[in-house]
Amino acid sequence: MRPMSVVVTKVCDIFAWFMVVFGALIINNGHNTPGGGFQGGAVVATFLSFLLAAYGSRRVFAWVRENIFGFMACFGPLSFFVFGCLGFPHSFFFNSIAVPEGGQPISDWLPYAGTISLMDLSVGCGVVGALSMIILLMYKSIHMVETGEGMGGERGHDRFER
Amino acid sequence: MRKTVFMAAIIVLAGLFCGLFEEIHPFGIPASTAMDDYFIVHAPEDRSSHNVVTSMVFDYRGFDTIGEASVLFTALSSIAALFRNKDARGEGDGGRRG
Repeated sequence: MRPMSVVVTKVCDIFAWFMVVFGALIINNGHNTPGGGFQGGAVVATFLSFLLAAYGSRRVFAWVRENIFGFMACFGPLSFFVFGCLGFPHSFFFNSIAVPEGGQPISDWLPYAGTISLMDLSVGCGVVGALSMIILLMYKSIHMVETGEGMGGERGHDRFER
Repeated sequence: MRKTVFMAAIIVLAGLFCGLFEEIHPFGIPASTAMDDYFIVHAPEDRSSHNVVTSMVFDYRGFDTIGEASVLFTALSSIAALFRNKDARGEGDGGRRG
């Protein structure tokens, strides 16, 4: 896809970053306000599709690396599981690192919501990685179908040309 | 014959659904609120989260959420298997035949 007009790219320059900040805010405040990892992750992943629409595939693929999104997609669910396992002395998925009475932080560097906010961040990380990776892969496949590059000689459903 | 059986099955299913709808209690008036009240009252204190919905999703029903995360990961794996560059993963024959 070719880049869009100057108006669109300028609007993208100004507003796209607000989407990232807004998504990060939703993820970070999931334990206090509506939203959480899934919703915030979807908002952040929209940023990539906005970039693709505004700047075109060539520039965006030069900026981003698929491996980072793949790592995030793997790291998110794994860390979520690990934070869930922290509650094993009580039960699985128990907020074990927060003070039971609530409100008072157990440590200065831990969030007062305990594992819930850490799980929020984990899920947000996983959703951002997975959705961004899906967008990139499906976008690349359009280019593959149009040009036939990277399809191993395959065309359409018919693997062997007759 | 098959059409008659099909129509009879549809009528029986419609009758069952109508009977079920008659039995459903009115919307907004749950039959028992003991569990709802417990979660609303105790969730912020028990789980240290002001948002009761988040404490539900990430704590009381954490298994459900890890399932959702797994579904997303599975979808990503399927799309990667389907759409990834075939030459890069070594399956392509570069257009050669024979």
